[in-house]
Amino acid sequence: MTTASIDVARDPSVQYLLRIGDTCLIQAQRLAEWCGHAPVLEEDIALTNIALDLVGQARAVLARAGRLEGERGGVPHDEDQLAFLRDERDFLNLTLVELPRGDFAATVLRNAALATFFKLLWQRLESSTDAELAGIAGKAVKEARYHQQHAADWLLRLGGGTDESHRRLQSAVDHLWPYMAELFDTDPVDEAAAASGLGPRWAELEAGWHAEMDPLLDEAGVARPAPRAFRSTGKRGVHSEHMGYILAEMQTLQRSYPGGVW
Amino acid sequence: MTSAAVRTAFSAHDDARVARAWSALQDVLDPEVPVLSVCDLGIVREVRPRAEGGLAVVLTPTYSGCPATEVIADSVRTALEDAGLGPISIETRFAPAWTTDWISVEAREKLRAYGIAPPAAGANAASGHSDASRGDAVPLRFVPRRISPPEPALACPRCESDDTERLSAFGSTACKALWRCRACGEPFEHFKPI
Repeated sequence: MTTASIDVARDPSVQYLLRIGDTCLIQAQRLAEWCGHAPVLEEDIALTNIALDLVGQARAVLARAGRLEGERGGVPHDEDQLAFLRDERDFLNLTLVELPRGDFAATVLRNAALATFFKLLWQRLESSTDAELAGIAGKAVKEARYHQQHAADWLLRLGGGTDESHRRLQSAVDHLWPYMAELFDTDPVDEAAAASGLGPRWAELEAGWHAEMDPLLDEAGVARPAPRAFRSTGKRGVHSEHMGYILAEMQTLQRSYPGGVW
Repeated sequence: MTSAAVRTAFSAHDDARVARAWSALQDVLDPEVPVLSVCDLGIVREVRPRAEGGLAVVLTPTYSGCPATEVIADSVRTALEDAGLGPISIETRFAPAWTTDWISVEAREKLRAYGIAPPAAGANAASGHSDASRGDAVPLRFVPRRISPPEPALACPRCESDDTERLSAFGSTACKALWRCRACGEPFEHFKPI
């Protein structure tokens, strides 16, 4: 027996929240893959601790999104239904976080980019007109700052470490950089959030993100590829070939044993 | 005449129940730092009577993903129902965000005695240890670890030496980092100031 998928409200405010919650959730799922596999014990603990914070943030934001569905005339859902019973096209996370975890350098770069982005986003969301989202942001911004410090520390050590660590970091930048543009793409979902005061257009975070990431990557001595026309589209529900595999693993228990609890 | 009197009597009864609840909560310990009560940690923000009977308890989580949150909510509910104060409803409140500044002075001493270096007071307001995950707007300066300035001295909870260093920014629970004392050679945990 399997559980049918849920239908998610097509409301722009719900979608804005899903983009945030889903990006936290899938990033956490990828980080959890490091459990037992990180290069040193301290990093095993660090990566899974960061994943835990992200799961907590995802849970809070998805719970808010699910209630908002009801407030906007749709069927309300709880955070578990949203995580485990949605189909791929209804997940609105950035493509960046669904890419395979790669090596440690790729994970460090992705963590630095994401934590910097989230720190800036949570700072803005602290003044959201949605009081619950503002409260979640007040908590999450402290966690994102800590994640950013940790990732930045490693990014500099890999960049200035051995030839091999530098080569791997440069390779991670070459591979992941084209996916960064999606962070700052703006569309009607952003416009609706900006108009209602729910949150900023993500494009508004781009200058601040570069102001922190560029000096960091310069100090690490890695070059960025030239801008390209390529745009990933995960936050519009059109994902890479990797997304289905993540969901298969993440959802299998609830799909196979509907409503199962620990 | 009676409405005011009844209200006063009702209110006095409520006050007594709320006071009993706070008293009972002093014995509900954090499952991961079992030397501190939920009151010591400052995560119980409010206890109030409910119109439909029983009490509502407002809890603020320490970290978004703290796995102890649900255990704590269950422990609070059980303790208060066992004290005859039920039914109990638990509410989660995110704002204002929890800060280690809410940990009482006595609780900090309990932490130290337990072997966990307590967070610096006022960590949320201004400067603190470099592992503070502050949400303020101080710009970050990233420098390679080998040339970064020494960590502010953190006293070893066992021998009180300041000759300590951070081993790991993350520890056994979300709220702690792992440190080591170079004087006595013992590792110890630090309750991160946020």
